Amino acid sequence: MGDHAVEALLRVGDSCLVLAQRLTAWCGHAPALEEDIALANVALDILGQARGLLTRAGELEGAGRDEDAIAYLRDAPDYRNLLLVEQPNGDYGHTMLRQFLFDAWAVELWPALAGSSDAVVAGIAGKAAKEAAYHVRHSASWVVRLGDGTEESHARMLGALDMLWPYAGEAFLDDEVDVAAAESGLMPLPSSLQPAYRKRVESVLSEATLPVPPDPWWQRGGRQGNHSEHLTYLLAEMQVVHRAHPGATW
Amino acid sequence: MSRTVGTVVTEVELGWELLAQVPDPELPTVSVVDLGIARDVRYTEGKLVVTITPTYSGCPAMREIEHDVHARLSERFDHVEVRTVLSPPWTTDWITEDGRRKLAGSGIAPPGARMLPLLVQGRPEACPHCGSAAVEELAGFGSTACKALWRCTSCREPFDYVKAH
Repeated sequence: MGDHAVEALLRVGDSCLVLAQRLTAWCGHAPALEEDIALANVALDILGQARGLLTRAGELEGAGRDEDAIAYLRDAPDYRNLLLVEQPNGDYGHTMLRQFLFDAWAVELWPALAGSSDAVVAGIAGKAAKEAAYHVRHSASWVVRLGDGTEESHARMLGALDMLWPYAGEAFLDDEVDVAAAESGLMPLPSSLQPAYRKRVESVLSEATLPVPPDPWWQRGGRQGNHSEHLTYLLAEMQVVHRAHPGATW
Repeated sequence: MSRTVGTVVTEVELGWELLAQVPDPELPTVSVVDLGIARDVRYTEGKLVVTITPTYSGCPAMREIEHDVHARLSERFDHVEVRTVLSPPWTTDWITEDGRRKLAGSGIAPPGARMLPLLVQGRPEACPHCGSAAVEELAGFGSTACKALWRCTSCREPFDYVKAH
């Protein structure tokens, strides 16, 4: 395993971590108690997945960094998450569409990763696959309910789709890190997941009476460390306590 | 070490017996053995090695379970190691018959059959309060990662349901 393995694991692990942080911001603010609880549960699962992958990335890196060092002591340019997950929460429909666009990817990724040549990664993925299947059921149902809802909710979902769609393609753009990770058997090639993803997304959008937008120029760069300004604010909030009190325990 | 109470009990048997006395922190009517969280007990070179596995990736009770297991076993063994493994992934199929009865007895519907290949939550066989099969989902996510909220349309009572997973 070389550097490509660490990079490839961070791309997935960071995406989970950043999305979990975004979701926890809804805690106490969701439009209904059931949804508040749902998002907290989803965030916990995704955070657990992130912890596993970040820990494994640290082990393979061999520089003595644990999950906390990797999560709390890196700045934005060192993060490898998808741009999609760092996008602000917006309204509940916006959050649910972002979640669906993520879940639809995760539900294809994890079963493929469960066959990873790295037994630890395969173990994490085997658990995550079952969780993702449950998450996508929830987020897809909200996309349908709001898209095919009232005039107001439909208009809001159209707006959310307009904002988020350009970020829905980054996960499938292969680069040299992905090719190396795929050749070593660590991970599936990102582009290999796209046909199943598209099929699911198109089917759910259609049921939600939302148009499938044409392919734009996919926004990209998050997986190489080039982020939008949103990530720096998110990290500042997530990391402040750890950095203000290094090594604190309770 | 070994213990003699009528019959000789091996270290491994004693280990399982003690584990059966460790309640799950979030479902205290069942033990970590009932839930299938405790996977393996071995005794080698004077050390008891216990393997546990989390229900869900983000289960916040995992550290507490590890602590509780270690504390309980340390009452009888000088050297105890608790290992956590992820593979094979936990499934509600590992909840024992005894565990299912205890859950139902405390008003929590045990998991129904898993619906492969979709791996959705399945459905409760009956309301744990009145036994009616007329039940419906209220919310897919409940008070812990492993539960959903359902209600009975016969007795009108809501209840927790351990999702088939």
